[in-house]
Amino acid sequence: MQRIAVIDYGMGNLRSVSKAVEFVAPGDEVLVTSDATLINEADRVICPGQGAASDCMQALYEHGLIEVTKAVANTRPFFGICMGLQVLLTRSDENGGVDCLGVFSGSVQRFATPLLEKSQARLKVPHMGWSEVTRYEAAQSAHPMWDGIDDGERFYFAHSYYCVPTDPMHVAATTQYGQSIAVALAKDSVFACQFHPEKSANAGLQLLTNFVRWNGTA
Amino acid sequence: MGLAKRIIPCLDVDGGRVVKGVNFIDIRDAGDPVSVARRYNEEGADEITFLDITASSDNRDTIFPVVEQVASEVFIPLTVGGGVREVADVRRLLNAGADKVSINTAAVSNPDVVREASDKVGSQCIVVAIDAKTVSAGGDPLRWEIFTHGGRKSTGLDAVEWAKRMAEYGAGEILLTSMDRDGTKIGFNLPLTRAISDAVDIPVIASGGVGNLQHLADGVIEGGADAVLAASIFHFGEYSIGEAKQHMASQGIEVRLNRP
Repeated sequence: MQRIAVIDYGMGNLRSVSKAVEFVAPGDEVLVTSDATLINEADRVICPGQGAASDCMQALYEHGLIEVTKAVANTRPFFGICMGLQVLLTRSDENGGVDCLGVFSGSVQRFATPLLEKSQARLKVPHMGWSEVTRYEAAQSAHPMWDGIDDGERFYFAHSYYCVPTDPMHVAATTQYGQSIAVALAKDSVFACQFHPEKSANAGLQLLTNFVRWNGTA
Repeated sequence: MGLAKRIIPCLDVDGGRVVKGVNFIDIRDAGDPVSVARRYNEEGADEITFLDITASSDNRDTIFPVVEQVASEVFIPLTVGGGVREVADVRRLLNAGADKVSINTAAVSNPDVVREASDKVGSQCIVVAIDAKTVSAGGDPLRWEIFTHGGRKSTGLDAVEWAKRMAEYGAGEILLTSMDRDGTKIGFNLPLTRAISDAVDIPVIASGGVGNLQHLADGVIEGGADAVLAASIFHFGEYSIGEAKQHMASQGIEVRLNRP
């Protein structure tokens, strides 16, 4: 039995994430916790979260979780989801700008409004619903996190800000929303996505299954 | 290809039980919200909406265990509305496992609750439900106003202006119900849907009046809706979610189809 820690820094509903992980890993221990020691002792770590980036960084700071989050991201399988992806970038433009954890070099920006397709049709913001997720960087296309998931499978999104990583080698997948945007990043033992696997029906459960089996190498 | 248009079945829940008769022959307990939600997930619903219509304040808390159970077993987005008055109600529903909370009457009596809630939990969790009714006379330019209390009580608020204001206050989505059409099965109020969808940058869910699959497609193509919500056509087994998606796809609408 392995121990999977879900980092609880007080931002948003973690029940969906923890229940989905329990569903795919019934034999494992799933721990929703803000205790740095327990997080550091876990075999693998999930960082979910929603809300504004500045609030999330502030909450991580107040819970004394900045250092442990960076440390576990480097040392064991680590899965960032939604805001748990965005805080991994260098900085976010949200709420006038905030420095983030810098696990991936790059920034988080807001969708333009009005947001237009190439056809000039207007797109709504937030980007809300099921979009096709397409493998991007060849080096990432055989990533073990994609096992059993079709290229182009749809996942559920709900966000107004998106990641702009500086190194294209880190981009594991993109989607089209006004332009091509990075929606999954991967590097060493870290995999992170903008969409919500815990809300993406079978495809999402497969991604979570892959995470609880992943040895942390691409 | 990009974002799919969503199909959302809506369930009325009273005292923790599904009401208005869901009728699936293969569901043992059609009053059990978890069974019904599971079934809709299997059919490929993109999201599920629960409307808590529990009238008695003694039973108000019955919705929470329902949300907890559904969120533990059905892994698609879940919106919960009905009786949401303050930010504490929003938080409780989110903590129970709802992904989005729909605010209706409270937004009219106290619009700041929308601003406060979206500040606290993020716009993507806040749906503002708008019940609109046609108020213009025949021949005049179309006008719609917001009604509360199941369409009985006029507020005098212009529906298009109200939708814009709710978007400014931080709503992440509008659930737009035509009170003229609700229950009629003659189709969405398409001019109303188009007017609201064009007026705001946030997604609009069309609701009220669906009687057949072409009505769903019309809501997207003519109404400009980002998602379509229906209850009875799905509950009584007239059409499955899968049939609805196939029909929409045949009209050139991008939908999420279940892969074999």
